[in-house]
Amino acid sequence: MKTRKERFRALEYLFFSALTVAVFCLCVCIGSVNIPLGKTLSVFRDALSSIIQRCLFRSSAAFPEGTDVSILLTVRLPRVLCVAITGAALSLVGAAMQGLLKNPLADGSTLGVSSGAALGAVVAIAFGITFPALPFAGTMVMAILFAFLSLLIILGLTARLDRSLSTNTIILIGVIYSMFVSSLMSIVITFAADRVQHITFWTMGSLQGKGYPDAAILFGALLVFGGVILFHQRELNAFAVGEENARHIGVNVRRVKLTLLIAVSGLVGVCVSVGGSIGFVGLVTPHMLRMLTGPNHRRLLPASLFGGACFLMLADLVARILLNPRELNIGIVTSLTGAVVFVCIFYRTRRGK
Amino acid sequence: MMLSVKDLSVRYGRNQILDHVTFSVEEGHWLMVVGPNGAGKSTLINAVTRNVAYTGNVLFEEEDIRLKKPAELARCMGVLAQSHETAYSFSVEEVVALGRYAHSSGFLSRCREGDGDAIEAALALTGMKNSRSRSILTLSGGELQRTFLAQVFAQDPKLLLLDEPTNHLDPAYQKQIFDLISDWLKKPGRAVISVIHDLSLAKAYGTEVMLLHRGQVIAGGKARDVLKPAYLDRVYGMDVCGWMRRMLSQWEDPEEARTGNRA
Repeated sequence: MKTRKERFRALEYLFFSALTVAVFCLCVCIGSVNIPLGKTLSVFRDALSSIIQRCLFRSSAAFPEGTDVSILLTVRLPRVLCVAITGAALSLVGAAMQGLLKNPLADGSTLGVSSGAALGAVVAIAFGITFPALPFAGTMVMAILFAFLSLLIILGLTARLDRSLSTNTIILIGVIYSMFVSSLMSIVITFAADRVQHITFWTMGSLQGKGYPDAAILFGALLVFGGVILFHQRELNAFAVGEENARHIGVNVRRVKLTLLIAVSGLVGVCVSVGGSIGFVGLVTPHMLRMLTGPNHRRLLPASLFGGACFLMLADLVARILLNPRELNIGIVTSLTGAVVFVCIFYRTRRGK
Repeated sequence: MMLSVKDLSVRYGRNQILDHVTFSVEEGHWLMVVGPNGAGKSTLINAVTRNVAYTGNVLFEEEDIRLKKPAELARCMGVLAQSHETAYSFSVEEVVALGRYAHSSGFLSRCREGDGDAIEAALALTGMKNSRSRSILTLSGGELQRTFLAQVFAQDPKLLLLDEPTNHLDPAYQKQIFDLISDWLKKPGRAVISVIHDLSLAKAYGTEVMLLHRGQVIAGGKARDVLKPAYLDRVYGMDVCGWMRRMLSQWEDPEEARTGNRA
């Protein structure tokens, strides 16, 4: 019984990994210039072998050159990497929030953390805040700072109303806070009218022109905060069954909740600062995957990583090629497809009840 | 003494919900906590499980419960709530398996030796074995309550706390749940505290009864010493025993029972 289940899960992982790799290759090959798959793979192979040779043998092996190579290696590869990691992270965050708050409509955005992070980034852009001492742009520092700050405000307000940080209170405060923050954002935009275009482009979310450092930062954040989330899968199951029940079976409710909320806000802060607010990924992907894997977070969380990466890579592909040579914001694509899919799911589940 | 509570008081703002409540529960006993609505019965359960702030002392096996970690406390006491809101389609088995949470401490031990056995036993005891892979969203109220009873059995606490466990269940399920719990209690080293409205059930299953009124203990002791008109009439403000007798007498008259008319 048990072994069969384990084997089934291994197959599932294999399927998801294969799917992710396939989507990844597709997204790297297709764009304003289409590059055949064989060519792409050979470029990757050459680049990889030259890097390895340089590192290991200190020989100056020839690095592949040409237009296709520079498109692939300096533009597409880092961008698709960023998109995949952002998708995985946002999806994981969504799944975690939905479990933690026992609410399929919850997300990093419902909590108000992504709005807070976006406000931080907008403030940085509008007033040109930079930190010369730090290697990254001011937007990232401000976004992470504001994400944490938002969390503290939301938790503080919730705790004053309700010491046990109950689900309904936290969602209500999150929604109110998001509204408050978006009006603040409008005020900031009014003050910085000359940078409106830059700000709006950014608040809709885009991963255009991202490089390897961005991918590295995203990956690091996913490793740390995502690791914390994956580590708490049993607690998430308990919360998804019910917070009261979680307390009764011996979960340290307050501590686990705080840990998870901090992990979530950290991950959201980093994602927003790199790619802007990309909505609906964390809402739709786990929802769809739950139909496949069931609500158990032991399967849902890893599946969300893969599913979110695939979903966002495809959304980014559509954003790039739909109005070629012009480019859509990825946030527009995810919100358009996401909202439609979500309404369909929502109606079906409601009618099913 | 398994649980001893001394001078337990709980306040919500200006309202004194519990006022110096003192009682104790011994191994093998089933304490029924009765009283009118708002007497502080549920708050009593909440205080003992450390869910609300209280003053006074709650000792589990002579040790202050405030010193215990959540998982430690869960190995001592299990709670069966009155009702359960479900949102996701977890299977019955997944919910029952969560009962083992407090026993698999440490970082890597997801499933310790004996966990599987405890889950199997709990499923078998509550008759949910054949429904193990069903989604909890498809269960009836009684089946859901049995699922969570199986969870608390799997948790294997020494003291079981029940907050009106059969409030919204039909008589067949009520009997089922109470019989299951009295079977569970037969094993040594166990005790039950149950908040309950139905005085007949309290009398039938309880070894001890505590009568609460406005946060104070009016009477405590053997069921027959507590559940008598002298106390009940005062607390409920009506002739409770007379009313219940009248309710029961409907079933004694064969003529009435056949036609199904009310007295």
